[in-house]
Amino acid sequence: MEVPILKQGHYLIASIQSALTDADLSQLREALIARVGKYRARGVIVDVTALDVMDSFAVRTLRDIAHMARLRGSETVIVGIQPEVAFAMVQLGLSLKGIVTALDLEEGLAFLDAKARERG
Amino acid sequence: MDDELRLPIASDVDIVNARAKGRDLAAAHGFTLGDQTVIATAISEVARNILLYARRGEVRIRAATDTGRDGLLIVAEDHGPGIRDVARALQDGFSTSGGLGLGLPGARRLMDDFDVQSVPGQGTTVTMAKWKRAHG
Repeated sequence: MEVPILKQGHYLIASIQSALTDADLSQLREALIARVGKYRARGVIVDVTALDVMDSFAVRTLRDIAHMARLRGSETVIVGIQPEVAFAMVQLGLSLKGIVTALDLEEGLAFLDAKARERG
Repeated sequence: MDDELRLPIASDVDIVNARAKGRDLAAAHGFTLGDQTVIATAISEVARNILLYARRGEVRIRAATDTGRDGLLIVAEDHGPGIRDVARALQDGFSTSGGLGLGLPGARRLMDDFDVQSVPGQGTTVTMAKWKRAHG
């Protein structure tokens, strides 16, 4: 299941539609990092609203995406972590330390806009 | 009394399938959405361990009762290389696969009961259970 990646202005929005396999997650990482360069994206939003499980592999991949994108000059925001998923992640011992998260897409875009203004 | 689900694990698609089936069964047995998610996440971790270390194995899920409590019992079994040092494998951050090392200790924190039996060269069996919390 390939994750659609939309380009909106200077941002890329990856909107996960359903449960992803490890291979799907790795594919998303590669596609996003390639597109950050191709479209000179200033920001990346990964919308995980549809994910009903975030296990250690998913969290590691999201962390990798954020770190790689930052190395390419792009800020990443993870949006839409569901309350039950957040609870299970904390129990499991997973964190997204150093990674920006926002409640939903709207908040994520607002963060990136504010960041862009900061940069001037 | 209840049918046992037997889910072969041999690819990453099987991990997604196993956790979805586990969630469905948890929902059917009246677990809260939070507990369904916790159970599905724990299944994902133990199923990935099977794939990572043994390449194939099986996850079995069934309803269980223990001293009046209802719950789900999950067994993840493989005939892979086994774990040389189970105590160490249950420590956070210990990984021989380059992962986060959270699989077993994380799954243990998610579940109520957790047991690992492993014989080097013969395989590993993880048995874990989640019990429904009494209401009122």
